[in-house]
Amino acid sequence: MAAPAIDGWFVTDDGAVYLLGTRCADCRTVYFPPQTGFCRNPHCAGEDLAPARLSRRGTVWSYTNACYPPPAPFVAAEPYTPVTLAAVELSEEGIVVLGQVKDLAVEDLRVGMELELTSGALADGPEVWMWGRP
Amino acid sequence: MDVVIAGTGMHPWGKWGRPFTEYGVAAARAALRDAGLDWTEVQYVVGADTIRNGYPGFVAGATFAQALGWTGARIASCYAACASGAQAIDIARTRILAGLCDVALVVGADSTPKGFFRPVGGDRPDDPDWLRFRLLGATNPAYFALYARRRMALYGDTPQDFAAVKVKNALAGSLNENARYRRTATAEEVLASPMVADPLRLMDICATSDGGAAVVLASADYARRRGLSTAVRLAAVSTVTPAFPNTVLELPCFATDSTAAVPPPERTFRASIAHAAYEEAGIGPQDLSFAEVYDLSTALELDWAEDVGLAPPGEAGKLLRAGDTALGGRIPVNPSGGLASFGEAIPAQAIAQVCELARQLRGTAGARQVVNARAGLAANQGLFGHGSAIIAVS
Repeated sequence: MAAPAIDGWFVTDDGAVYLLGTRCADCRTVYFPPQTGFCRNPHCAGEDLAPARLSRRGTVWSYTNACYPPPAPFVAAEPYTPVTLAAVELSEEGIVVLGQVKDLAVEDLRVGMELELTSGALADGPEVWMWGRP
Repeated sequence: MDVVIAGTGMHPWGKWGRPFTEYGVAAARAALRDAGLDWTEVQYVVGADTIRNGYPGFVAGATFAQALGWTGARIASCYAACASGAQAIDIARTRILAGLCDVALVVGADSTPKGFFRPVGGDRPDDPDWLRFRLLGATNPAYFALYARRRMALYGDTPQDFAAVKVKNALAGSLNENARYRRTATAEEVLASPMVADPLRLMDICATSDGGAAVVLASADYARRRGLSTAVRLAAVSTVTPAFPNTVLELPCFATDSTAAVPPPERTFRASIAHAAYEEAGIGPQDLSFAEVYDLSTALELDWAEDVGLAPPGEAGKLLRAGDTALGGRIPVNPSGGLASFGEAIPAQAIAQVCELARQLRGTAGARQVVNARAGLAANQGLFGHGSAIIAVS
């Protein structure tokens, strides 16, 4: 598989893709992208943030697409096909995570439907996490 | 002690392609003329920074003071994205309230490139604003579209509702000499404009504009002593930040805060911005004559109408369809024409909202005049957690 477009935000293990966040050892708040050094809960003095794999499935909070090629530093495929984006709610972590959607267009999506984490390649090669059909 | 808005001035919004300093100086001079005050009498200048104009953009207070002619006046500059203007006003009025000056000039101006706003250049993989473009291609309209789609799913709003917001605001903007877009629009035109970020079309999304706005603030005592207008009083300036956990996906973020340990706050961030302003002013949404809200998209105006308390969640569409938020309606929203008619000139925009508050409250808004306007609210939200709400009363 191609190199990840960003280090430490997701991992592929035995074919399954996981978002990599962190969890505060004191208050159990979860962070994505991974937060290090200190907890951002104002009621928590925690400084022990351990790596945590996030749930692979969630429900669509909302979705859209980019009908025009987004500007740099995005690298658009040629010919350009609209990038689909979904914000997916992970109930256990109580967090909504944005990602590109793989092999689904806006017509295929609806708020509340279940998606599962996968990955796919950016137009210039590196891999990024993506939401896909379970 | 009260702080009054003694004068307002604007450089018309457009795509003029000139340095931002020119727009700022034009707006400042117009505000000083409006106030009946000489530039040399200004004791304090606050500039709202633009980040797209290199070195002088980051030092806006000094840039404007030098361009207007050095007088030795004290200055400040601030950056709070779309909320920069409100923060600049807050800094000026706080200095007046502290008794450290009597009269201050607040200026914001911007020159914008064509097309989508893009992140600052270079390879910056530690910057979430750079990364959201690099990894996701998530432009600002993508986030507006997520909110719009969510409204459709939750409340049953339709693209026709969103188009109706544009039609309403274009009509108001056609009556505003400082607006960039002076043409009225039909729902058919909006619905036939190209899709940009589903479900939002080109005419649902605000443009990026050049423009400049300025206000003269003074203590009421000074204004009376000098014979300046005391008709419009600054009743509240809210610059609150979100409360943890912020459960709305905000641009330029990849994710919300987690509710795993702490339940969501009583109010969303946007609702908390207006709430703090109402608390300070000692009035509520029912006391407003009109509101200026940050319609980065047509759908977002409906979110804001609910967030500032004009309608319960999910019912802004009903308000719109009843004509309540149109000019001549029960509670006009964006009588200036809003961002739909102006496009966004970031550091100037919150100040431009206050210019509209003052004009309406002085009864000088011409064909856009809200009858018997007594109290107005201007609300917006800047990237990175910057709240902005201002209430002015007459």
